[in-house]
Amino acid sequence: MTSLPSLPTPKKLGLVIDLDICVGCHACVVSCKEWNTGGYGAALSDQDPYGADVSGTFLNRIHSFEVLPEGAEKIGEAGDARIVHFPKSCLHCEDAPCVTVCPTGASYKRADDGIVLVDEDMCIGCGLCAWACPYGAREMDVAAGVMKKCTLCIDRIYNETMEEVDRVPSCVRTCPTNARHYGDLADPTSGVSKMVAARGGIDLMPEQGTKPVNKYLPPRPRKPLAESAMPLAENSPAASGFFAWLDGMLERI
Amino acid sequence: MHPALSIIVFTTLSGFGYGLAAVLGFGLLDPQFVATKIAHILALFLIAGGLASSTLHLGNPQRAWRALSQWRTSWLSREGVLAIATFIPLCIAAYGAIFHDRYLPLPGIIGAIMSGITVYCTSMIYASMKSVQAWHTRLTPATYLLFSGAGGALLGVVFAVISGSGVLFLMFLSVIFLAAAWAVKSRWRRRMERMQPLSTPESATGLGFIGEVRLFERPHTNDNYLTREMGFQIARKHAAKLVQMSYMLGGVVPVVLLMLTLVAGAAAYAVAITFVTLAVIAHFAGVFVERWLFFAEARHAVMNYYGR
Repeated sequence: MTSLPSLPTPKKLGLVIDLDICVGCHACVVSCKEWNTGGYGAALSDQDPYGADVSGTFLNRIHSFEVLPEGAEKIGEAGDARIVHFPKSCLHCEDAPCVTVCPTGASYKRADDGIVLVDEDMCIGCGLCAWACPYGAREMDVAAGVMKKCTLCIDRIYNETMEEVDRVPSCVRTCPTNARHYGDLADPTSGVSKMVAARGGIDLMPEQGTKPVNKYLPPRPRKPLAESAMPLAENSPAASGFFAWLDGMLERI
Repeated sequence: MHPALSIIVFTTLSGFGYGLAAVLGFGLLDPQFVATKIAHILALFLIAGGLASSTLHLGNPQRAWRALSQWRTSWLSREGVLAIATFIPLCIAAYGAIFHDRYLPLPGIIGAIMSGITVYCTSMIYASMKSVQAWHTRLTPATYLLFSGAGGALLGVVFAVISGSGVLFLMFLSVIFLAAAWAVKSRWRRRMERMQPLSTPESATGLGFIGEVRLFERPHTNDNYLTREMGFQIARKHAAKLVQMSYMLGGVVPVVLLMLTLVAGAAAYAVAITFVTLAVIAHFAGVFVERWLFFAEARHAVMNYYGR
């Protein structure tokens, strides 16, 4: 049934992504594609994979944004521009518009942990759920003709044949900088909930009324670029100690 | 949004079909004439053709029957259920007219009302999308219903002229519906052009507290499903021309041709038929352009992540 669970789900499993830490390496993109092309449901196909016009299905993509504070034009001026790498996957919304529009009942939100899934055997590939999602979290697989989306690696997180350390989504396990975190956002004592509380975790597009479960930790304030360490210029009067002596000696030769 | 031909054909053809079915359902064409019997068949064919076209864009059309199950929440499912249910009164009414020369008021009026509700469901598939702000308004179902009525009335005029009965009232109805449809459509356009975007790159990334957000790098250099399906863009100068074309073909030309038919009507039967047929063709072309623009001009919220 494509009705949403009536109550807030007892668990709200999801991701917390730290935009201050992410370096945009795309390791989570590759790891997600690798795990999910052989995991839940149809493979994540590529079209023209070795040609010029390659494209394919991804459940997780990294965008990079340039953020310009007011008055900023170039790096180095008042209010330095900064680059923020921005991983984006399904936010497992509490009020998921992709679920209620589904005409077949293929799209559903689990009542116990809140994960939004697609039953691919029931999906007709109409694409309406992808239209309904403001985040672009769903992508139609061209080869299979069914809708693909992040499963929160449901075949890992409950997989008791794996070691406990691996029972997290593939993207979280693989992130080399620890920018991605997984946990229960309904439990205020969980690690992810504490992070969200401490750092002021944000919802994406709250105005769309989707109540996303996944949260993003905003980038921390940064000191101006001009205050950062600069390489010493020649004849630098700022040199001191050994370098001041060396500076003087070399000057005399 | 990508203007998929199958969906444009579906919404336009089924809209005209339901409009004509409603004209027949309210008994505006006399079933004694052969033309009226043909009109019944044409209405059913237009509806069926539209529905068949809608299945062409499915990834797995063999499971399309499953789409009838989620009518509690999904407008697409409601549309499917009602479309099939509406065939019952429409077929009974067609049977009465074709085989017994009789207008059956009960299935006729039920069929007409259900036709209207089906068109409403079709329009709500789009109007319910909060992610596509241009569509997310009550004006969307209003335009769909009025265009369906205008197309149905205009088709009705053709069959009335052929039979030589009930022409004036249907012409009057056509002009009223055409005027209302294009008036509401121009309000719809004004709303789209003037609205403040609900979501912005700043709200989409949550980075607005730092400053202005703009895309630096896409996830991949090539297109993907999202950019192909949701990232369609049309040049403004072309859109402006197409809009004028849709108003001219869909509204002005049919009305002028109807007036000319009135003038020529009594004198020349063949001329009148030619004029009203041309009016229908012009209107179809105009509405087709209108429906193409409905998709092509609508911006999806996800494009805030793609710098479009």
